[in-house]
Parts: sequence; structure tokens; C-alpha cells
Amino acid sequence: MNQKPEKLIDKKGIRLDGRKADELRPLKLEVGILSNADGSAYIEHGKNKILAAVFGPKEVHPKHMALQDRMVLKCRYHMAPFSVQERKSPAPSRREIELSKVIRESLEPAIFMEYYPRTMADIFIEVLQADGGTRCASITAAALAMADSGIPMRDLVVACAAGKADDTIVLDLMDEEDKLGSADVPIAMMPNLNAVTLLQMDGILNHEEFETAVNLAIEGCKKIYTIQKEALKAKYVNAKGEEAEE
Amino acid sequence: MAAVVTSLKQKQIAQLAEKGKRLDGRGLEDYREFKIEQGLIEKAEGSARVLLGKTEVLVGIKIETGEPFPDTPNEGVMTVNAELVPIASASFEPGPPDEKSIELARIVDRGIRESKAIDTEKLVIEPGKKVFIVFVDVYVLNHDGNLIDASALAAVAALQNTKMSNYEVEDGEMKVKSGYTPLPMKKNPITITFAKIGDKLIVDPCLDEEQVMDARLSMAIDDNGNICAIQKGGTGYFKPEEILTVSKLAKDKAKEMRKKLGW
Repeated sequence: MNQKPEKLIDKKGIRLDGRKADELRPLKLEVGILSNADGSAYIEHGKNKILAAVFGPKEVHPKHMALQDRMVLKCRYHMAPFSVQERKSPAPSRREIELSKVIRESLEPAIFMEYYPRTMADIFIEVLQADGGTRCASITAAALAMADSGIPMRDLVVACAAGKADDTIVLDLMDEEDKLGSADVPIAMMPNLNAVTLLQMDGILNHEEFETAVNLAIEGCKKIYTIQKEALKAKYVNAKGEEAEE
Repeated sequence: MAAVVTSLKQKQIAQLAEKGKRLDGRGLEDYREFKIEQGLIEKAEGSARVLLGKTEVLVGIKIETGEPFPDTPNEGVMTVNAELVPIASASFEPGPPDEKSIELARIVDRGIRESKAIDTEKLVIEPGKKVFIVFVDVYVLNHDGNLIDASALAAVAALQNTKMSNYEVEDGEMKVKSGYTPLPMKKNPITITFAKIGDKLIVDPCLDEEQVMDARLSMAIDDNGNICAIQKGGTGYFKPEEILTVSKLAKDKAKEMRKKLGW
């Protein structure tokens, strides 16, 4: 166990990892990296390393789950046993079950579910390494995987957290700030539609701090959105279009 | 069948909301009548039943001793579990907790934990070795919407009602003495849920409204009016300005309820 740092932010307003209050961690996104999935993406956000895959649209299983007017969306957020300091049991924890639900609900508003009645799509998220903010990074990656699968979407979904470390509202909390900070506000949104699709919070914030945190997280989302779109273009803009030529 | 009813009601509920009205005659920002009874389960260390409209939730508190978490050796432990028992609704099935009941338990947990409602430092028997574990079991008895607020309310009311046996430690052995002390509490969080239907925000949705809502937003508010936990649910979205409206309304509503409850 590492020694607890006394302060999360120094006198000059610099955080433990050298960032300013409104600075994001380094971000790397790749689209279409799993050959068996219909859509896939990989994200490195700080030390988070996460894979997302989409399988679908496909036949609903079990059949009675099928909906006559829309697609069924399933999501599994899962952490690898080696992704955290102390080995995590591979069985789904209550936290993972809750996160699977909120991640699914954050992506669903973006998907044209009604275009695919009587079908389903699976979103699988595997956290290979966790570093605080895995739900946000998972959403950013899963939205790319969904777009890569070709299922039509209203917008990409992008997520980022803001929170409170010591007495400052900061963007994009990493592990220590997440654990030792006094509040965490993860937000997912469709930036083009200005629509927030995930909002959670724990910790203590007054009304003004909450407003600052929400606005900061939204700014963070918009920055990541630019990187996210570039990642999608990187796969498709320069693609030779083999299928089209055949 | 439910889908047909839902799409018919959806139109009706949305049209009413547009005029500032609701199916059960409430205004958009009116909370349903609620009633709290404490201490109705004698075998539990604490208990409370909340009636919120027709929604009914019973919470029982059991206290045991056990080991603290390694990262908090000087604090007792609290754990929340929720059971959506089949008697409460035709849509609930027996079996292990599904994502709905896990989410419910975790929202109730966060409200209590993040507001530091229980003074967990006073639940230590032997630092790092033996502490009290507070089990909060949420039992939904009848589902007519807004299980989150009803469960959160019942949980805090049950904790307030909780009595612990007096004890003394002799040579590392714990001995129960006669008499009881109340569970040490620091805060009484209140959770307020809003549903979004069309572009209207309504507080305390009933089941019909929940079935047609686009999304919901729940906020736990502590005694000082600070927000201590939030959960968005449902497959719709909120505009950023709607979020700020909800946080303001939730604070006002919690204050109003606090007055009514005398918390």
C-alpha cells in the first residue's frame, strides 16, 4: 500500500501527476482492433487501459426477450482480475453490475434502437488496467465500438468526470484523487445534442461547487469528443474501402 | 399488454404534464403524502416502514461484529442490500438480486455513506480487528413508483431507530451488558427523485409515470443542503440546464421534507 499523500494539489495548483486543475490525462483511442467483433475500440486514458467490443445486431437470445418495436441492448462492464492493486475476483461484483446498467443507459439514447426490431446487440467492456474513471473511459470507448459496428447513432457518447480534490474542483480524476478526493461527478454526454446521458455523484458538494463541476466535466467531454472523432476518422477516412470495390 | 397501456398512458401523462398536471391530481412539484413508522420489527436492532402513496418499503437493521476493511481499520462497516420481493409487484421475480435491486441498494448506500450519516468511528470494538457491522436490508413490499426515495427514507428512519446492546471489553473478550444505546448518527440524508417526461420535470414519480418517463435523476441532500450522491437512470437524457434545475429543486424539496419530518 502506497503512503497517502498529504495534499492532492500543491501551492501552485499542480496535481500529483503534474496536471493543472482543468487538464485532462493523456488520451489514446483506437478503433477496430478486434477482428471478431462487429465493432471495437481501445482506450488509454491516463493509466486506464480498456477494450470495448460490440456484437450485433444479431438474433435475440433467449427469444422471448425480443422486443417488437426495437433492439435489445445488453452491456457487460468487467474488470480483469489483474487490473487493480489487489486481485479482483473475476465474478461480477455489485459495482460491475451497476456500472453495466448505467453505461448501457448512457449509450442507449444515442442509438437508433427502433431501426432494428427483434434483434439485440451486446456491448462487452473489459478493463485491463484501472486508474480511476474507468466508467467514463469505458463509455468513450464503447461509443466508438458501437459506431465502428455500423449501427446508426445520433451522436457519439463521450464521458469525463470532474470532482473535488482538497478544496479545488478538478477535471478528470485519477486513482488517488478518486479515492482521497471529496467528490466525484462522472458525466456522459452527446456533445452535438447537448444531452447528458449519465450523471452520478458521490462525495459532498454544495450547489455552486456542483454547478462548477458539471460545467468542467462537460468541457472535458467536449475536448475528448474531438479526439474521439479523430480516432473514428483515422480508421475510415483513409480506409481503402475493400468491400466496396469487390 | 403492458406496452399498449404504456403507449396510451404515455400520451395522456405527457399531455397532462404539458398543462402542469398529473394523473393523480398532483402538481409537477408535489411530493406524495408519506408516513413513517419506526420499530415495528422487534427482533431487528432497528426498523422502519415508509408509505409513499401506495409504495411501501420496510427496512430492517441487523448488527453483527466482524473485521473492519483493511483500509479503514478505525471504522465500523455498513452494508446495504435491497430485495424486490415478488409480493411487491407482478414484475418482480424470486431469485438473486438483479441489476434493478443492486442499483437501488447502491443508491441508498451512497446517500448514507457519502453524507457520513453513521458515525462509523464509534463502531470500533478493537481497532483493526473487531468492529460492528451494520446491515441495512431494504425490503420493498409494494411497488408504486419511486422506490429510491422511499427506500432511502426508510433506511435512514430505521438507522435512527436502531439500538445497540451495551458492552464492555474484558481481556479482549466482548461482554454484553444490560441496556441499549442508540446507533451513533451524524447526518440524516434525504433523497429526492425527479422524472423527466417530455421536457417537463416531475418530482416523486408514481409507477405509471415511471413507465413512461424518459429518464430520472435522484439526488441525496444532507442536513446542510449539500448534495452527497446523485444517480441518473433510464434511457433518456437531461440537458445541462435541467440538471442544475433539478439540483436546486431537490435542495428545496429536501428542506421542505426535513421540516415535515422534524429531522
